[in-house]
Amino acid sequence: MTAPAETGARRRAVITGVGAVTPLGVGAAPLIERWAAGECGIAHGVGACTEFDPGDHLSRKEARRQDRFTQFAVVAADEALAAAGWADELPYDPARVASVLGTGIGGLGSLEAQQDLLRAKGAKAVSPLAVPLLMGNAAAAAVAMRHGIHGQSFAVISACAAGAHAIGQAMRMIESGDADAVVTGGSEATLTSVATAAFASMGATSPSGISRPFDARRDGFVMGEGGGVLVLEEAEAAAARGAEVLGELRGYAATSDAFHLTAPEPSGRDAARAIGLALADAGLGAADVDYVNAHGTSTPLNDHSETEALKLALGEDARRLPVSSTKSSIGHLLGAAGAVEAIATVEALRREIAPPTVGWSERDPELDLDYVPGEARRLERRVTDSGPQPLIALSNSFGFGGHNAVLCISG
Amino acid sequence: MATQVTNEAVEKVIFDGLVEIGAEGEVTREATLESLDVDSLDLVELSQIIEDEFAVELDADAVKDVKTVGDVIDLVVARGA
Repeated sequence: MTAPAETGARRRAVITGVGAVTPLGVGAAPLIERWAAGECGIAHGVGACTEFDPGDHLSRKEARRQDRFTQFAVVAADEALAAAGWADELPYDPARVASVLGTGIGGLGSLEAQQDLLRAKGAKAVSPLAVPLLMGNAAAAAVAMRHGIHGQSFAVISACAAGAHAIGQAMRMIESGDADAVVTGGSEATLTSVATAAFASMGATSPSGISRPFDARRDGFVMGEGGGVLVLEEAEAAAARGAEVLGELRGYAATSDAFHLTAPEPSGRDAARAIGLALADAGLGAADVDYVNAHGTSTPLNDHSETEALKLALGEDARRLPVSSTKSSIGHLLGAAGAVEAIATVEALRREIAPPTVGWSERDPELDLDYVPGEARRLERRVTDSGPQPLIALSNSFGFGGHNAVLCISG
Repeated sequence: MATQVTNEAVEKVIFDGLVEIGAEGEVTREATLESLDVDSLDLVELSQIIEDEFAVELDADAVKDVKTVGDVIDLVVARGA
């Protein structure tokens, strides 16, 4: 069950559970249902998880020992594991299960609070919990401890590509045989004073406080927070235990711009290469794609270079494809974005829809793709001799530092 | 100004502090720190609360042999006397 088949067939990673905490509510269901209905979880210029109360999910002691970014991951993981039927015990040897979670920054709110204490009251006032609260690997560690996961556990940190990098890494761990199952995704909680000031200072965030990816009026991203966790299992092992399969990670690729600290390379060539490599990794071509879940941040630069990248990678097919951005509904969840968007993508495919880019109405002449304005669009499964085929989507994530990570998902 | 060290005052601050840091179970003088799931990190936090309130310093060495909540109270009262 755990060794690659003698035929050399590749071990495949299927998705058997998802969980999310987002500005649209606690759960993967409100994420997809409210986004598909064209709703927006952004208020007063931020995408805050206002419906999240740690006391609903965690003991007092657990909550105090976890930064908000860890709490998001732990609560999303609880949902994902329960959905996978893992709530009572791991269905695999715990040494063959891994926990790989992305974050852009880690426990920044905790760091800021401790810095304040240090300044106000001196070194002796700094909490003994400061390090375990702020360390970027805290979420991966907390999830491993909570569920008795004894395989690899670590964090992936690559700004706004972290969630997608983590999932891609998890997929590779299953393919290579390093793990039979991986709890993976990402979380972020940086609606803090320093982060808010810092992103504004670099001109990345929206002065209007409106997230409208690909629209001519876009003026920056809207900061959001949250977490998304997926349970990946090796396909044959999942089938052997009768698990319900929500989707499959078909392909993954990551590249680097090596161009600028923050700006994307304007031609989109390295992002395009990641898209092409992810499709090749899946054994698919541009003609097979049914939907693109864009990075679509609502910054003038990203949405332009991403459009260029899609056209470079997909050619004429780019013009046929529905391309929409989850960030139009929840803002930019930074290191959680790739994970939450992968979950939104697989749930959209399961519902056979392309959710809309909420609020898109004014065409930028240089952004000439179909950004799914208005309402969710129905996707048609292709039918071959073997019956209706799974829908295929790409989910793009790009991060400051020039990190490009692309997932190819089927539903 | 630090609070006057009395048995009652110390007991209240320590009981409240243990609840604040999320001790599991009922906090009494007789309860062992182990039964309340109080670990070394919790003890440092409790020491910080005590120092803040009574200006009594409890370093790691001082608390390494305490077993019960009452032991901590007695230690603070003895040191603050």
